[in-house]
Parts: sequence; C-alpha cells; structure tokens
Amino acid sequence: MKLLDRPGRWLIILPPLLFLLIFFLIPFAFAFKISFADAAPHVPPFTDVFTRSADHHLHLQISLANYQYLFTDDVYGVAYLYSLKTAFFSTLICLALGYPMAYAIARASKATQNILLLIIILPFWTSFLLRVYALEGIIRDNGLLNTVLLHLGLIHEPLRIMRTTLAVYLGIIYSYLPFMVLPLFATLEKLDRSLLEAAADLGSPPWKVFLDITLPLSIPGVIAGSMLVFIPAVGEFVIPSLLGGPDNLMIGRVLWDEFFGNHDWPVAAAVAIAFLLLLAGPIAIYQYYNVKQLEA
Amino acid sequence: MEQRYSPLLLTVLCAGIAILYLPILVLIAFSFNASPLVNVWGGFSTAWYLQLLHDRQLLQAALLSLEVAFTASSVAVVLGTMTAVALVRFSKFRGRLLLTGMVNAPLVMPEIITGITQLLLFVSMFQLFSWPHRGFTTIVISHVAFCCAYVTITVQSRLQSADRSLEEAAMDLGSGPARAFIEITLPILAPAILSSWLLSFTLSLDDLVISSFVSGPGASTLPMVIFSKVKLGVSPDVNALASLIIGAVGVGVIIAGYLMRRADQRRALEMQLAER
Repeated sequence: MKLLDRPGRWLIILPPLLFLLIFFLIPFAFAFKISFADAAPHVPPFTDVFTRSADHHLHLQISLANYQYLFTDDVYGVAYLYSLKTAFFSTLICLALGYPMAYAIARASKATQNILLLIIILPFWTSFLLRVYALEGIIRDNGLLNTVLLHLGLIHEPLRIMRTTLAVYLGIIYSYLPFMVLPLFATLEKLDRSLLEAAADLGSPPWKVFLDITLPLSIPGVIAGSMLVFIPAVGEFVIPSLLGGPDNLMIGRVLWDEFFGNHDWPVAAAVAIAFLLLLAGPIAIYQYYNVKQLEA
Repeated sequence: MEQRYSPLLLTVLCAGIAILYLPILVLIAFSFNASPLVNVWGGFSTAWYLQLLHDRQLLQAALLSLEVAFTASSVAVVLGTMTAVALVRFSKFRGRLLLTGMVNAPLVMPEIITGITQLLLFVSMFQLFSWPHRGFTTIVISHVAFCCAYVTITVQSRLQSADRSLEEAAMDLGSGPARAFIEITLPILAPAILSSWLLSFTLSLDDLVISSFVSGPGASTLPMVIFSKVKLGVSPDVNALASLIIGAVGVGVIIAGYLMRRADQRRALEMQLAER
C-alpha cells in the first residue's frame, strides 16, 4: 500500500533534498571554483573565475597557482602526512581500547548494558570543546596527574605532556573513544549466540571461538568505528591547537591559519579541496558500510 | 546464561570509563575552588559563578548561542524527520542515493571543510542576492545542515521498528494517509524526535569550527568566546561556566531519557491491553 500518491511524496522529499543540495553539496562546487581564483585585496578577497567581457562573452580565468603552491611549500605536504599518521595511530589505539569495552558491554546483562551504554553516550552529549579543555586540567604541568605523581614520590619533576605529541594523542583518544565503542557494540550485540555456543560445544577454546567467529563477524563494526574516528581526527583543529605544541601542525590547523591568519581564501579553498580528495576513499568506505547496514 | 568476565576485560572497561569521566569531574571540582591558582585547593567558593554574571561579552554570546541552537534544532527536526520518512517509507525514488549520501556525509566530514565551503557559498550568494548576511542566519543554516544527519538516523531507526499495521488499519477505516501518519505514527516517533531535538540543540550549542567560519563580524557564539579564553590557559571562571553548561545538559538529558522511557512503557502497556 502506498502512503501517498507519487506527486504527494515530493512534498516530503523535496524540502530536505533541496536544503542539503544548496547548503551542503553546492558549497563544494563554490570551493572548487574559488580554489582556481587569485587572492585579491577587496571584499570578498578573491578574483572572479568567470568574467563577462564587453561583448557579453563569458571568460574563464583559471589560476593553478594555488595548487602549485601546495606542492612547492613543504608545510602542506608535511601537515597532510602528519595528520594522516596521527589519525591512523589514534584510531588503532581507540580500537584496542574500544573493542574490549564494547565486548564487555555486549556480554553484560540487559540492565547493566543499558547503564553502561548511558555512561558511554553521556560524554557525547557534553561539549567537545569543554572536554578537551577539561583534559588540559589533568595533563598540564601543574595538573592533577603531575600533582598526584609528585605527591606519591613516583616522579621528582613534573612530566611535560601539554604541548607535546602525546597530548594530541590523548586528546583524540579521549574525545573519540565513544564513536569507536558504539558501532562496535551494535555489531557485537547482534552476534548470534548460538554460533558461539556451538563452537564451544565442539571443543573450541574461548580464544579460538573469538578469532574464528566473533572477530570476523564484527568487521563491519570495526570499519564503521574506525572511520568515525579516523576521518574527523584527520581534520581535527581544536585538539592540536589547544593541547599540541608548535610542532603538531595538523592540516586543520594549517587551514585555519591560512584562512584567519593570512586571509588567503583561494589557497585555503585549494587546501580544503585537496584534503577532501585525500579523504574521498575513507568517506566512500564509510558510506558503503553505512548504506549496507541500513538496508540490512 | 551466566556471563563470566575476565579480569582483563573488566579492567579495560573501567579504565575506559575513568578516562571519559575523570577530566570532567576534576573540572567541576575546581570550579568551586576559592583560590585563583589552578593547582592549589583554597577552600570551597562560588565566587567564579558570580563573576560570570558580570561578564557582558559572555552573556551576549550565551544568548546568541541559545537562540541559534533553538532555531537550528527546531528546523533540523522537521527536515530530518522528513528525510527519515522519505528513506524508510518511499523505497524507490529519484535522488534517494543522493539524499542518503548528503544526510550521512556531515557525520564524518571534517568540520573545517564543511565550514570553509559553506562560508564560500554564503559569500558568493551575498554577491548575487545580497542575502544572507553573515551572522545569526548563516550559523543557523550551517547547524541545520549537520544536525539533520543526527535527526534522520535517530528517527529512521525508530520508524523502521514501528508497527505499520496500526497506520494501515486507520487508513482502512477511511482516514487519509497524511492524517493516519499524523495521528498514529507521529506519536510513536515523538520520543525519537524529542531526543534528536535535544541532541541537535547540544551539538549546535557546542559547535566552534563551523560557526567560526560562517559567522560575521560582531556575532560570536559561546564556544567562540570560550575558545579565545581557553587559548590563554586554564582559568577558574571558564571552569565555572563549563560546569554550568555540563550540568544543565546532563540534567536535561537525564530528564528527557526518563520521560521517554515512561512514555515508551505506557505505550507498551496500552498495546498489551489492546491485544487482550
């Protein structure tokens, strides 16, 4: 049975479709266009890519200088690679920490499960910015960690964590851990218990049951969780700029500085487009698994 | 089946939860510190909370943020619910894949890319149509775009599990499809809609990166003001402000969760009674 006749459907489909088309997808086209413009000292601070001459012909003025600049100035390549590396290792650590957590929650009784899930989800509702700031209270030179360690006599001078690479890793893991645990839990919970019991009955030791059955079946959750951590972490701006030092130049920070510091919008647009191309693979993987999971 | 826990599993679970909560608890504790020194406990005091009331810049930013969050989450709930209905109820239509992709992409798209592309759109639009002015309007539009994703996902899963037979029965009894949807299905979706409104509200209230790009001169949201304060280091009045925000959101979430559970239980009970 149909909910609505065909023309009526478009009353529901069109508003969100048009809104997202205009305000989410089309902006990428504008960024693409402006990445070929030149910076100019007026408002808005870039030249027109399309110009109309006196005889009403449309002229296209494309400047590849911005992209050339990305390749000639080391800063961008270094920042891209550094961001990828940081995001990759943080994702691995989140996975190592999040998998046992999700596994433990999935095996708990229903009532405990609800409480544990609430505990995992609650930080997601609290401000991201404030949580990063709260972490600073723990790891700064005179923060809780150093105060406790000094008091216990385990160290004699404060550990230097703030403004180091370690702080950036701690920040990313702390902020993104729930994004890893939740999709993992969702797949682990759906796991067919009878398969595990059958394997155990047939004499398979617990670790072998885990490797042969649990792990392979939880791969979709592993991928979804990893992408939810990896992709935003590559573009992270708040964490490296609040917790990291001058060496922790991640691409998000470079982009921010290019935009707000140098006011070079066309170069910033080019950085954003190049960045997007770099992430196209991971985003496609995420979307593929997402659609597959929703259709299932 | 009785579950056994290995000590290792339990340790990782507890450690993970401790990592998530310890920083916030410490921050709240130190917001009541009488001493302005951030590492010395100088006794209990609420002085920092009182000081917030005199910070005009902060109050203005908080007001703007609340207005933005209220408007953006209300619009996002409508658009997101429409998307969810379209994706669940209309199995095939032109642009379905496009809509799925666009509504999910903001979940993983780095904010910095979304922010810069949307700003470039707004600037180009302003050149052509003299609209929109950068500030309240542009921040709301950007927030709606990413909040839609969360609304759609929440409402979608609820709609998938909703029983369609009631709605079909209503239509068999002669009510039109729109009326059947509004009277039968919408109440079932209400908890999901409410919780996604709340989530959108908090996400909008929290957004720093996208707002920084799309806002114009003079329009600073609360996270923008907090960020500029925090860049200078840890300060006790920011601790107080942070504790207030975290406390308000925490209480809101717990109350909403309680109300939704009660509504669900009542509905389940009614269904049971109806089946007898």
